[in-house]
Amino acid sequence: MPAANSNSPLPGAAPAVGVKVEGLAKRFGTFEVLRGVSFTVQPGEIFVLMGPSGSGKSVLLKHLVGLERPSAGRTLVASHDGADPATRERVRMALVFQAGALFNSLSVYDNLALYPREHRLGDEAAIRDRVMRALQILSLENAVHKLPAELSGGMRKRVAIARALVMEPQLLLYDEPTSELDPVMSATITEIIATLRQRYQVTSIVVSHDRDLALSIADRVGILMGGQLVFLGPPADLRQPTDPRVADFLNPRIDLEHPRFKHLET
Amino acid sequence: MTARLLAWLPNPILQVLHGTGSALFLLVRSLRHLPSLPRQFGRFIEQCHLIGYTTMPIVGILSFFIGSVLALQSGHAGENVGYKQFIGALVGLTMARELGPVMAAVLLAGRVGSAIAAELASMKVYQEVDALETMNIPPERMLVLPRLAAVLTMMPVLTIMADLVGWFGGAIVAQYTHFISIEPASYFANLRQYMDFSDVLNGLIKAEIFGFTVVLVCCHIGLNTRGGPREIGASVTRAVVTSLILILVLDFFVTKALM
Repeated sequence: MPAANSNSPLPGAAPAVGVKVEGLAKRFGTFEVLRGVSFTVQPGEIFVLMGPSGSGKSVLLKHLVGLERPSAGRTLVASHDGADPATRERVRMALVFQAGALFNSLSVYDNLALYPREHRLGDEAAIRDRVMRALQILSLENAVHKLPAELSGGMRKRVAIARALVMEPQLLLYDEPTSELDPVMSATITEIIATLRQRYQVTSIVVSHDRDLALSIADRVGILMGGQLVFLGPPADLRQPTDPRVADFLNPRIDLEHPRFKHLET
Repeated sequence: MTARLLAWLPNPILQVLHGTGSALFLLVRSLRHLPSLPRQFGRFIEQCHLIGYTTMPIVGILSFFIGSVLALQSGHAGENVGYKQFIGALVGLTMARELGPVMAAVLLAGRVGSAIAAELASMKVYQEVDALETMNIPPERMLVLPRLAAVLTMMPVLTIMADLVGWFGGAIVAQYTHFISIEPASYFANLRQYMDFSDVLNGLIKAEIFGFTVVLVCCHIGLNTRGGPREIGASVTRAVVTSLILILVLDFFVTKALM
C-alpha cells in the first residue's frame, strides 16, 4: 500500500464493498450452527443481524473475515471468497470484537498504531497523525497512553472501533457492539456506527440483539434462529412481525406462571 | 489407504503425530516471513532479553551447583579407585557435552517456555490472535519468528555460561574439599588435556536444537489453545511437560548422531 494513503481522510479512501452469503452452513462435530444462510449486503449499507444467543450470528461474522471455514456454501466479499486468506489482502475488512480483543500488553496508542506500522503505511509522524485522527473521531484523545486494563467497558469498545477505523476499512463488522453497556453508552455506540457510515459510506454489518440499535439505524435487518434466517427486510417490517418466533424474540412477554426456562432444550 | 491405516492407530499416537505435523507447519509458516526479521529488530532484542538475559541468573546458580556436585561425587567415588586426578576432565566433559546444554534447555522450558505458552494462550483465548489475523498481520510473523531467532541467538550464550560456571564450581569444590584437594591449576590442566573445542561445539549444537524445539513447541501449544482461563493453565503445563520430554528424548538421539 502506498505511504500516501496515510494522508487520506479516514475511511472512504477506497470504495465500500458489497457482501454476499450463499447457502452458508457450518457444523461443529454433529452440531449444526448455520444451516444454509443466504443474504446480500449492498455497498454502504448498515445490515443488522439479530438473533438469540447461540443462533450462529458471531460464527457467521467470523466466516466473512476468514476466521472460520464453511462446511458448505460460501461468503463473497466484493466477489472474493471470504474463506480465502488473500481476500484480506484485496479488501480491507475490520472486525470489532465483542470483548474488544485489544492487545493487553500495548497502550491504546500502540494498539491503534500496530496496523499501520506492520503494513508500513508511512513514517512514524504519518502514523501518529492517522492514529490521533481516529482517536479524535471517537473522542478518545485522553486515553491515548492508557493500557486496555485501565479502560471502562464503553471506552474499550470505542478503542476497538478506533482501531478498526485506523485500517480505513471498506467493510466494518461489529460483533455485539452494545452488549454489556449501559443504555446511554449503547446509544452512543449506535450513534457512532451510524455516523461512521454516514461520513465514510463504509459497509457495516452489525451483529447484535439490541432492538433499539436495529430499529434506529439499520437499513435492513436479518434475524437468525436455529442457524436459519427467519426474517430479512427493512426495520419498519419488524414493528409488526408476522412470524410468531420473531414477535416473541423482539417483544418477549414475561410470564411468571409459565416461565420459558422450564421448556428450554438442554 | 493412509487414512484407514491412521484410523487403526491408538489415539495418543495420533495426537503425537498430529501435534508434530502441526508444529512443523507452524515452523514453515514462520520461516516464510524470515525476510521480515530485520524490521522486527526491536521485537527480536526484546525476546533476546527475555529468553537470554533474564534466564542467566538461574542458569548460573544451577550450573555452579551441578559442577560442584559432579566434582564432589566423582571425587568421593574416585578416592578409592584412584582416578581423582581426572576430576577436571570429568566435570569439563560432562558439563560441556551433556549437562550444560540439557540444564540450560530444561531451565529455558520452565522459565521461558511456560511464559511463552501462557502469553500466547491468553492472546488466543482473548481473541488477540484472531484480531491480528483480521488485520492481515500473520501471528507467526509477529509472535513466533522473533522468538525463534532470539532463542537461536541466546542458547549458545546460556550454554557457554553454564559450562564455564559449572567448571569453576567443580574447581572450587575440588580445591576446598579435604578428601579431594586438587589445585585449580592441575584441575584445569587436566580439563584442557582431555577436552577440545569440538566437545564444546557438540554441546552448543545440542543446545540450539533443544532451545529451538522448546520455543517452537511452546508457541505451537499456546497458539492452539481453545477455551478459557482453565485451558491457559492446561496449555502451560502441557507445553512444559512436552518440552521436558522432548529435551530428554532428543538428547539421546542427538548425542548418538553426534558421536
